Amino acid sequence: MAHLLQTSFLPSSQCLRPNPDRSSSSTSSPMVQISRRRSKTGGAVQAKIREIFMPALSSTMTEGKIVSWVKSEGEKLAKGESVVVVESDKADMDVETFYDGYLAAIMVEEGGVAAVGSAIALLAETEDEIEAARSKAAGSGSSAASSSPATASTSADPIPAEIAAPIAASAPIAAAPVAKLASAVHPASDGGKRVVASPYAKKLAKELKVELAAIAGSGPLGRIVAKDVETAAAAPVPVAAVTAAAPAPAAASNVELGTVVPFTTMQGAVSRNMLESLSVPTFRVGYTITTDALDALYKKIKSKGVTMTALLAKATALALAKHPVVNSSCRDGNSFTYNSSINIAVAVAIDGGLITPVLQDADKSDIYSLSRKWKELVDKARAKQLQPHEYNTGTFTLSNLGMFGVDRFDAILPPGTGAIMAVGASQPTAVGTKDGRIGIKNQMQVNVTADHRVIYGADLAAFLQTLSKIIEDPKDLTF
Amino acid sequence: MQASLSLSVSNPAAIPRSGHGFESSLPFPSKPVNLRFCGLRREALGFSSTSSSISAYRSNRNAARSKKVWASLGSDNGSSSSAPKSFDYDLIIIGAGVGGHGAALHAVEKGLKTAIVEGDVVGGTCVNRGCVPSKALLAVSGRMRELQNEHHLKALGLQVSAASYDRQGVADHANNLATKIRSNLTNSMKALGVDILTGFGTVLGPQKVKVGKDTVVTAKDIIIATGSVPFVPKGIEVDGKTVITSDHALKLESVPDWIAIVGSGYIGLEFSDVYTALGSEVTFVEALDQLMPGFDPEIGKLAQRVLINPRKIDYHTGVFATKITPAKDGKPVTIELIDAKTKEPKETLEVDAALIATGRAPFTNGLGLENINVATQRGFIPVDDRMRVIDSNGDRVPHLFCIGDANGKMMLAHAASAQGISVVEQLTGRDHVLNHLSIPAACFTHPEISMVGLTEPQAREKAELEGFEVAVAKTSFKANTKALAENEGEGLAKLIYRPDNGEILGVHIFGLHAADLIHEASNAIALGTRIQDLKLAVHAHPTLSEVLDELFKSAKVSF
Repeated sequence: MAHLLQTSFLPSSQCLRPNPDRSSSSTSSPMVQISRRRSKTGGAVQAKIREIFMPALSSTMTEGKIVSWVKSEGEKLAKGESVVVVESDKADMDVETFYDGYLAAIMVEEGGVAAVGSAIALLAETEDEIEAARSKAAGSGSSAASSSPATASTSADPIPAEIAAPIAASAPIAAAPVAKLASAVHPASDGGKRVVASPYAKKLAKELKVELAAIAGSGPLGRIVAKDVETAAAAPVPVAAVTAAAPAPAAASNVELGTVVPFTTMQGAVSRNMLESLSVPTFRVGYTITTDALDALYKKIKSKGVTMTALLAKATALALAKHPVVNSSCRDGNSFTYNSSINIAVAVAIDGGLITPVLQDADKSDIYSLSRKWKELVDKARAKQLQPHEYNTGTFTLSNLGMFGVDRFDAILPPGTGAIMAVGASQPTAVGTKDGRIGIKNQMQVNVTADHRVIYGADLAAFLQTLSKIIEDPKDLTF
Repeated sequence: MQASLSLSVSNPAAIPRSGHGFESSLPFPSKPVNLRFCGLRREALGFSSTSSSISAYRSNRNAARSKKVWASLGSDNGSSSSAPKSFDYDLIIIGAGVGGHGAALHAVEKGLKTAIVEGDVVGGTCVNRGCVPSKALLAVSGRMRELQNEHHLKALGLQVSAASYDRQGVADHANNLATKIRSNLTNSMKALGVDILTGFGTVLGPQKVKVGKDTVVTAKDIIIATGSVPFVPKGIEVDGKTVITSDHALKLESVPDWIAIVGSGYIGLEFSDVYTALGSEVTFVEALDQLMPGFDPEIGKLAQRVLINPRKIDYHTGVFATKITPAKDGKPVTIELIDAKTKEPKETLEVDAALIATGRAPFTNGLGLENINVATQRGFIPVDDRMRVIDSNGDRVPHLFCIGDANGKMMLAHAASAQGISVVEQLTGRDHVLNHLSIPAACFTHPEISMVGLTEPQAREKAELEGFEVAVAKTSFKANTKALAENEGEGLAKLIYRPDNGEILGVHIFGLHAADLIHEASNAIALGTRIQDLKLAVHAHPTLSEVLDELFKSAKVSF
C-alpha cells in the first residue's frame, strides 16, 4: 500500500470489500479500488479515466493473480458488477467495480500476477474515452503486464514510448529467423495450410510466442512437438559466448565466516559422487593443442551464435566417434558398454553447485544447433529447470576453466562414465618449430582422466592425437 | 471409474445433477448380464458370526414356508394368472454386478432365499472394466505426478531423480486388482449361500426367469440389475488398438504420445489424469460448450484451472466427432469434427489414439421385457420411485423391480447397490424410498472432485420454484493445516444450503481426498442433519475433515 500512496494520483474514495461469496448481496462484495487519474498536464479537465487496482483481499496478500476477467474490454460496467476474479494467497474472489463506466483496457492478462495496489485495468467513464484510455494503457500497460511488483508505481507516470519499444521489438524476433527452419511440411496438413501440433507444443508456442506455422515438426508424421517449439524459441536469440563455468563471485563476499553450513541437496549429491569416484582406478594423459585455426574459426562464426563450448564439444565428439572405447563406460566392474550415442556433458558452475548439462548426439548435430542447444541448457540450468535426462545422460565430460586463465588442471572422473577432459586456457606460447625457429602460437593444454579398467593409455593417446588434429584443422566442425 | 461416477441423462426429472451425459464407454462383451460393483461393504458380514445364524434361520423358514407361506402367496398374485404356485427362490437377481451383489447380500441378511444370475463374470463393469481397475491406474498416476513434480518435492525437501514406469507392471497392477476383487465378491456371495446361476437371464413371464438355454427358475420377486454398456456414437469405428473405449484403455496396452478423449466427463477426466501422468498429451473433444459440464460451474472452473490448463491438454468444445477412423497404413487416427450447433464441418484432428468416453446405454436387450409388456424408454426400464417396473400401460408390474444403470435413475455403482437394498427392504416388509439426493459422487483425479445433492444453479432454480432462500458458503484448502502440511493447498469446498432452516442442499469439494471427505455431507443429507447441529460436531485436528468443519461453521443459519 505504501508505494501506492507515493504515486502521482491518489485513490479517491477507494474501498475494498472482499467477499468470497458472489451470491451474497452486494453490500458486502469486494470492490476494486479505483483511482481517478489526476490530470498532470494541461489545465483542461481530462477524460475521466480511472485505474482499477489489484485489491488487497487479505491482510497477508502482497500480490494477486488474475484468474479471469469476467468482463472484456469495451464492456459496460455497472457499479457493483463483478469485473475480475482474483486469486489471493487464500482463495479466489470476485472483485466488483465501484463505478459505472466502460472497461477500457485490460493491463494484466488472465494468469498474470500483479502486486497489491498496482493497476490491472483502466475504466473509462464514457464510451468516447475508451480510446484515450487504451492509448494510455498501451504506454503503461506493457510494463504493467510484465506483472512485476516494481511496475506498480511506474504505470502511473506517462511512460515514454521507448520503454514499450524493446518489448514490441522482441516479439517478432521469433517469427523471422524461424521461418527458414520451416523446411518440412506435415504430410497431412493440406499442403501446409493446417498446422499439426501436439497439445503441449501449442501451449508452449503460445507461452514462448513462437509462430507454429513457421516450425518444422520432428514428431510422428511431421507433427510439431514441444521440443520443436523449444528449439525454435531458442534459435533466434543471439547466443552469448557462454563458456563452461559461470561463477558467482558475488556470493563469495557474502559468506559468513566461521559458520558451519550443511550441504545443500546438490552439494550432498556432489559429495556422494566424489566419494564413489574413489572406487574407480583412474589415470591421466595430457596433451598440448595449438588452437590458432580454432580461434580463427570461432571469430568467424561467433556472430552466428556459435560458442567455444559448442566447438570444443563438437570437436571432442568427432574424435570420440573414431575412438568408441573412450566413449565407453564400465558400471559393474565385469563388463563395459560401448555407448550408442556420444553425449557430451559439460560442467557448469551454478549458484550453489555444479551441474553437467548434456549435449546429446554431439557428433551428429551441426555446430549451430549445438550452440543453440547449449544456450538453452545453460539457461535452464540457471533456472534449475533441467530435466534429469538433460544432465545425467552424458557419456563423456568436458570441464573448461580456461576462462579464468587456468592453464592446466586435473579433473575427477564422474562415476558411470569412461573419461573426462579438463581444458585449460588457450594462450600465446613461444614454441619451437621443426625448422628451428621460434614462433608464437596459441596453445591450450588438455588433460584427460579415464577409467583404466576399460580405457588404456594407448587409447587415450590415440584419441588425443585425433582431437588435436581436428582442432588444428577445424574445417570438419562446421560441415 | 465408470461405475463410481455416472449420471444418466435419460430421465432428467429424476436426476439431481442435470444436463451432463455421464461419460464412459465400456464395450459390453456380448454377454447378457452385467453389473457394477464398487465396494465390499457387506462382505465381512457374511463371514462373521451372522452367517451361520442366517443360514440356520433360512432353512427353518424355508421348511415352514413350503407348507403355509405359498398358499397365501397365491392370493397375492391373483393379478397374474400364469404365476407359478410355488417358487424356487424368494428372490432372483439378474446381474451380479455391484447392484445385484448389494441386493443379494441384503436379501440373505433378511432371510430371503436368493439366487443371482450372471451371464458374464461376477463383478460386472465396475469390478472388471470400470472403477476398480481404473483406481489402480489412478493410484499409479497420482504417484507419478508427485514424483515428477520437482517444484512440489523441493518444497517438501525431497529429491528424487528421474521417475519412470514400466507400462506392463502398471497394467498388471490394474488387472490383479480386478481379479482379486472379483474373487472376493464371488466368495462373499457363496459363503452366504447365494446361488450363482450362470447363463443369460431372460424374463419369461411374471415370477419366471429362464437362465441360459433351457433352465427355468421361479421366484417370488425378481430384480433386474443388468447394468449398461458403453455408448459409441455412430460414425466411430472402434478397433481396440488406436480407437478405444475405457475397456481397452484400462488394459493399458499402450501409452500413446497423443490421445484424443471424446467426452470430458468423469471418465474422460480420470483418463486424462492417467495419460498425462504417464507422459501422453491429451486433446479433449466435448460436445457441450464447456468442459466438465456435469459439475457445479464454480468447481468446474477451478478444476479446469488445476486439472486441464497447466497440463499437456488442449480441447475443442462445442463440437461433435462425427467420424473417427482408426490408424492404419501409417496414417494417424483421424477425427472429423463438426460444430455442435451449426453442424458445419470444423476441423479434422490427427492423433495417435482416440478414447471414446461419450456415455453409457442401458443393457436391456434380450431380457424378454416384451413377455411382460414393458417398453423401454431409450433402452432404460421405466420404474417408479421404489424401483418397481412400470409397463407400457403405465401400470406397475407386480414382483418385478429394476435397479442400477438399467433404470437410468442415477448411473453410479453405489446407487445401484443402494437401490437394491431399498428394494429388499420393501420386500421384507419395510417401506423404503431411496433419497437419490443423498448419494455422493466422486471423480478420482489428482486432486479429487466430489459432490452430493444439488449444484448451485439447480438449487437456485429449485429455490425460485418453491420460494425459499439459498445461501452459499465456501472454504479453501489453503486454510487447512493438514492440506498445507501435504503442500496440497489447492482446493475448495462449497456448501449450498437454506439459511432459514439449515438444510443442506448440496456440497461440492475439489481438493486433496475430496472423495473421502464428501461422506460427512452425504450422511448429513441422508439423515436430515441440519447445519446448526453439524456446527457443534468435533473434528480431529489437524485433519482434512476440518475443511468441512470450517465450511459448516461458516454457514449463516438464522435459526
